[in-house]
Amino acid sequence: MHAIEKIMARAAGVPRVGAGEIVTVKVDFAEVNDLYLQTIYSFREMGGTSVWDPEKICFVFDHYAPAPTIRSAQIHKEMRGFVKEQGLTHHFDINTGVCHQVMPEAGIVRPGMILVATDSHTTTHGAFGAFGTGVGATDMATILISGEMWMRVPEVMKIEINGTLPQGTLAKDVILHVMGQLGASAAVYKAIEFCGTYVEGLGVSDRMVLCNMAVEMGAKTAFMVPNEAVLSYVNQRYGTDFEVPVTDDDFEYPLSHVFDVSDLPPQVAVPHRVDHVMPIDQVEEVPVHQAFIGSCTGGRLEDIAVAADLLRGKQIHPDCRLVLIPASSEVFLEANQKGYIEDLMKAGATISTPGCGPCLGAHEGVIAEGEVCISATNRNFPGRMGSTGGAIYLGSPAVAAVSALTGKLTDPRKYWGGESV
Amino acid sequence: MKIDKGTVHVVGDHIDTDQIYPGRYIEITNPAEIADHCLEGVDPALRGRMKPGDFVVAGQNFGCGSSREHAAITLLHAGVGAVVAESFARIFYRNAINLGLPVIVCPGVFQKVTEGDEISLDVAEGLLINHNTGETLKCEQLSTYVMEILSSGGIKPLFRKRLLEKND
Ligand code: SF4
Repeated sequence: MHAIEKIMARAAGVPRVGAGEIVTVKVDFAEVNDLYLQTIYSFREMGGTSVWDPEKICFVFDHYAPAPTIRSAQIHKEMRGFVKEQGLTHHFDINTGVCHQVMPEAGIVRPGMILVATDSHTTTHGAFGAFGTGVGATDMATILISGEMWMRVPEVMKIEINGTLPQGTLAKDVILHVMGQLGASAAVYKAIEFCGTYVEGLGVSDRMVLCNMAVEMGAKTAFMVPNEAVLSYVNQRYGTDFEVPVTDDDFEYPLSHVFDVSDLPPQVAVPHRVDHVMPIDQVEEVPVHQAFIGSCTGGRLEDIAVAADLLRGKQIHPDCRLVLIPASSEVFLEANQKGYIEDLMKAGATISTPGCGPCLGAHEGVIAEGEVCISATNRNFPGRMGSTGGAIYLGSPAVAAVSALTGKLTDPRKYWGGESV
Repeated sequence: MKIDKGTVHVVGDHIDTDQIYPGRYIEITNPAEIADHCLEGVDPALRGRMKPGDFVVAGQNFGCGSSREHAAITLLHAGVGAVVAESFARIFYRNAINLGLPVIVCPGVFQKVTEGDEISLDVAEGLLINHNTGETLKCEQLSTYVMEILSSGGIKPLFRKRLLEKND
């Protein structure tokens, strides 16, 4: 069996599972974000009175943190009421950050667990060797009541990535490239395992970037064999009480792809598809009105460090805004201690509350009709960040930072190491 | 389970949840209001042309993107009888079934049904009839569990019944 199948078999209480089988699994942790008040409504409509386990459920207020409208304030209010009424032990209010960042930070995520959240990017937690998957509000309500959900055991697609990245190319470029090659529906209903020499050497943050965007290829979940970096992160925050699932030697992958990223140039996904990807030096000149660095894809300390290194002592272009939103308060504090926030503010950046920000077009930097945004986030669908008449290019935090500097889509390699050409 | 004749609205490949239901309206919780923005990101005028009992026909990967249930709620409450597509994204598929909105995979439908055609659908048998061309198309059959959810009118009534039985 594959490690993912072993996780599912354990959670289903059976010795074996195989691809295509429908099983009912016990969920180890469930998270509801603040877009999903419907979860509470569905819970009550189904006759729910108390949740299955108040220690295994949390709410995270990230999409509307802090509330930009009266309606979203009302959503937070009703959710806080539910959290109190049910006596949930974990709660992440508007002062914490994006759910996929705050849960690992809080020591909730560990290898081998099944983590379900009302968010498609729950695949992120594959970075920790966990089975993370997204569900909708009513699905989640059934989980809150029963602690279980039915699932089809997915086929596992192996994506092997080898090589060492050249300077100026980041993990985001790698996953954009993979998506561009394989397409947005390459992994619908499937699980993706990322492996290869490149993946084995990655730190926690970069591993999260790859798994985060697995869902943009339709994947149900993502997986990476936990490496030293991940295990020490989990040991510090969660502890050591977990088992690392291991794929059997005789497991045969029904699908596999191999990439070498040794010569990969920085990439961008051009509007309006995540898989319309090309090397940045092949994109024609595009004026940029806003650069956004943030989200569960591009808002971690490493991303902010890259931006600070590229912009320290410089001024962004007068016709371009740079919105920077740390993915969590922990990230924000660290970036502040290291001086990155000061560097970026002096360069002209606008810093906003940890959370999703304009990633899904709710607030804190949405774009107008006719505007172009270069974004370190994960989706460039029409209207995702505001007006449907706007255009979103997806790129690495480095591409976003240097584009803010020049006011047009810019290849960051020219600016690496303090040079500016 | 049969769905009577209705008019088809055709949309393309990879219609994502932001096009089905833009993120800026997610804070709305009233289903009737949610229905007002159905497919607004595809064509803001489309909602005005939709009548209860109409069908949406799509290409590959319909519903890709976020897990927002609003995408299924908006179609359901706009009165869409069923969505028929070449393929669906996973979370959208689950959401739709849970709410009792039939979502049917029908290989070739994108070629063989055009905007404004009238079709009817036998969900249990997996048969689609195009009344304009007279052609019958074979759809993928739904699993027993999915059929059980749909014929109960969604997972809520099914779950409520189970909870009651358990408490008896
Ligand atoms: S940061 Fe963006 S992609 Fe991540 S959870 Fe928030 S809205 Fe979704």
